[in-house]
Amino acid sequence: MSPVNKTRSLSTRRAAAEVQLRPERELRAITNRVLRLAKSTGIPEAEVHVDEVIDALTRFANNTIHQHVAEHGLTVSMRVVVDGRTARVTTNRIEEDALRAALESAASLAASQPKDPGLLPLPAKQKYRAVRRFSPATAALSADSRARAVKNACSLAESRGQIAAGIFSSGQSQSVLANSRDLFAAYRQTQAEFSVTMQQGSATSWAKSNAADFRAFDPMALAKTASEKAARAENPAELAPGRYTVILEPAAVLDLVGFLFYDFAATAIQDQRSCFSGRLGKPLLGKNITITDDVYHPEQLGAPFDGEGIPRQRVILVDNGVPRNLVYSRRSAKKAGTRPTGHAFALPNEYGEAPMNLVIGGGKASIDQMVAGTDRGLLVTRLWYIRELDPYEKVMTGMTRDGLFLVEKGKVSRSVRNFRFNQSVLQMLRNVEALGPARRATAEESFEMVVPPMKINDFHFSEVTKF
Amino acid sequence: MWDYCGHSLDIARLRGATYADVRVMHLRQRDLTTKSGEVGTLGQSESIGLGIRVVVSGAWGFASTDQLTREGVAACAAQAVSIAKASALAKKEDVQLAAEPSYVDSWQGPCQKDPFEIPLEAQIDLLLKADAAMRQIKGVTLTETDMQFRKIDSWFASSAASKIHQRRVLSGCGIVATCFKGDAIQKRSYPNSFGGQHILGGYELIEAMDLIKHAPQIAEEAVALHSAAQCPEKKSTLILGGSQLGLQIHESVGHPIELDRVLGQEANFAGTSFLTLDKLNHLRYASPIVNVVADARPAHGPGLGTFAYDDEGVPAQCIDVIRDGEFRGYLSSRETAHLVGLQRSGGTMRTESWNRLPMIRMTNVSLLPGTWTPENLIADTDDGIFMETNRSWSIDDRRYQFQFSTEIAWEIKGGKKVRMLKNPSYSGITTEFWNSCDAICNADHWVLWGTPNCGKGQPMQTMGTGHGAAPARFRNVKIGTAFSNE
Repeated sequence: MSPVNKTRSLSTRRAAAEVQLRPERELRAITNRVLRLAKSTGIPEAEVHVDEVIDALTRFANNTIHQHVAEHGLTVSMRVVVDGRTARVTTNRIEEDALRAALESAASLAASQPKDPGLLPLPAKQKYRAVRRFSPATAALSADSRARAVKNACSLAESRGQIAAGIFSSGQSQSVLANSRDLFAAYRQTQAEFSVTMQQGSATSWAKSNAADFRAFDPMALAKTASEKAARAENPAELAPGRYTVILEPAAVLDLVGFLFYDFAATAIQDQRSCFSGRLGKPLLGKNITITDDVYHPEQLGAPFDGEGIPRQRVILVDNGVPRNLVYSRRSAKKAGTRPTGHAFALPNEYGEAPMNLVIGGGKASIDQMVAGTDRGLLVTRLWYIRELDPYEKVMTGMTRDGLFLVEKGKVSRSVRNFRFNQSVLQMLRNVEALGPARRATAEESFEMVVPPMKINDFHFSEVTKF
Repeated sequence: MWDYCGHSLDIARLRGATYADVRVMHLRQRDLTTKSGEVGTLGQSESIGLGIRVVVSGAWGFASTDQLTREGVAACAAQAVSIAKASALAKKEDVQLAAEPSYVDSWQGPCQKDPFEIPLEAQIDLLLKADAAMRQIKGVTLTETDMQFRKIDSWFASSAASKIHQRRVLSGCGIVATCFKGDAIQKRSYPNSFGGQHILGGYELIEAMDLIKHAPQIAEEAVALHSAAQCPEKKSTLILGGSQLGLQIHESVGHPIELDRVLGQEANFAGTSFLTLDKLNHLRYASPIVNVVADARPAHGPGLGTFAYDDEGVPAQCIDVIRDGEFRGYLSSRETAHLVGLQRSGGTMRTESWNRLPMIRMTNVSLLPGTWTPENLIADTDDGIFMETNRSWSIDDRRYQFQFSTEIAWEIKGGKKVRMLKNPSYSGITTEFWNSCDAICNADHWVLWGTPNCGKGQPMQTMGTGHGAAPARFRNVKIGTAFSNE
């Protein structure tokens, strides 16, 4: 996404961020020091991750800022491989004595376990595709600038007799990964997020956006969206539970479909706990469903390498309704007789890998068009407290939240009380009647992905709550 | 550490703070897991740093740093002041705190056997043996075990002259057997799901849990669940095992009584609460046999919510939450106590780490024991369902409507457990559910369960909470809706 300067009120000139990320060379010097220490203490193979984070968050409620925080931290995480055994120690102390002690602890941990016949040697040097996800303007966004944007949202709420709550956060981070076989990878990014809940009477609604560059979204526009929906959400009617046609906004799609992410891990298949066990290569979802993992998508964030330093690949996971491919760590790939895809978690771990940059192919229907084409259904803003009921059929439970609206004869007619759903995600993805354009979505139950809004038939609501 | 605390407070005062408190925290953690006979996670971590919270111009600011030098903590304090000044741009009223004396103290939680001193080989060996004991049962397709240990030192100081050092050691362990067969996955966990049991204490917990002894039984149950009857959909008498009841308390009592939620401060993320201020002392929350306290005092037991002082320097207290079924009290902080006219904070401000702001969290929110034994309770139940060990949990953002499912259930007929049921679930409205409670088991069967994974706040913080509970009975509860297609 190309950043556009929608938010002229958010000046970054007032104050460059007081704290800056260290130059990459300083992090590289730390990795070199650890690898040198490892060599000098007789540890044959070592891997070092150095992560630095600078984050700030302005939190508001009741039309005022009530929490306002900043953090700066750096961690050094080192893994050793000694005689077919591995272990990891992480510290945020970077003086030489502390690094040496951490290495010795890692070696001691490693030696305390039985030999692992499946453990692989560290990977050699890799080549990475460059990604640019660092916005100097976002890195420099000041507390004052965030506070002024929040004040504007609160003023809007007050002018309409509403109550605003939410966050405006901004931050920057960098990671480097090096190992004793000359692998070196580095990545840095910025991130900003604005989330707002507007309350009118007992009704609420919500809007949220997240991007590498804060200029990619407009806090005031988000506040207006939430405000207008909150006004429409007053006096909800109670409907009977049952099966409804639903139009899920992208945040609602994200939070449900996001629960599939670990099912695409080869390790989950090998452990027989994936919903795709025994179902790969067979028609399972609707033909209009294609799911890809693609860290290089312009709206995605994240490093182009995994926890072992293997370059991330774009992987088509579901192709027109058929689950085709999985993601692999080096270990699960070797077990399956294939090549790693660059999706491993840092070792040692028992989960293997997962796709973290899902992109669900979209369509052309706008939400307004979906509403216009619906005789009776429900428009869902957002979902809440989603948990898994049945891991193989992927039945999830949860609640609607912050704006549930009845659609009748092609128009949004009124708000309705929130429902509990008990719904198979697999079944849901067989019942998708229409898709809108896919875009980066953010909510609270899943990490950010690129997903479309969806119109879905026979969505199962089991009970209704009191508001 | 006190030098860093004192210096940062001095800088904050010099730059205009009218109140400040600072926490230096040193956190150490060890994580061990196995999966299907192999070591999974094997790692240790430590983190040390300082976080300072200030009031300037009547508004809050917080900053944190891992640069533990005089220059580093001074810069951090100055940043907190600068942030507070920015907060004042969107201020309605000046921050005011309920009065609290200052304290100078040092306290160490109970820990008979320091888990970081126990040989790692012995810890791994125990997990691998428990793992092997589960895999001996035919039909088990995946086995998992875990241990987790934390040691947390905190140095708290405030501009009101408090200086408090606390050390807490936390331990946890659990095992899980999974069976994938046909088109279903079933699993059983011991002593609880989602990481097992967790306490404020040391390796004595691991020894007491005797994971190896219980491994075959849960593995057999995971396999047997595939042949069990489906839990029916109906209204029925429900008996909940202690760990499931602990989570029920957490979700439908513990969260609704958080005063920050009640006052709308969590409206954007964790949600609000149906327990509006008018309901205090005026709501029949539960049946008259129900008594719930929020008790952080060591005398309540070694829970994840046990401490001597909270993270804004208020001593641990026991708060009446529900007394004889009536709603009596909230979880509060110094700021929220002042806002609602309480004389004093309830002492529930807790932080995950040095880089996070303290916020209102559950301490040990516990259902006090009743008079029954589990045997008598079952014998007294003509037609009902006994459910144990949580499988899923969900509740709306105002804490009215909930739905839980458990790993296993037993049908009760004529005062006896007659058969195993699979895919059990129940649902309801919070106050209706608690008002249907007609029997609670006695202190011999009361366990202070640990919930290590309670998420709240932005940035998100994970906190451990304690929930004392004994098995209890509820009448006329909606059963089986989660797995119904209607």
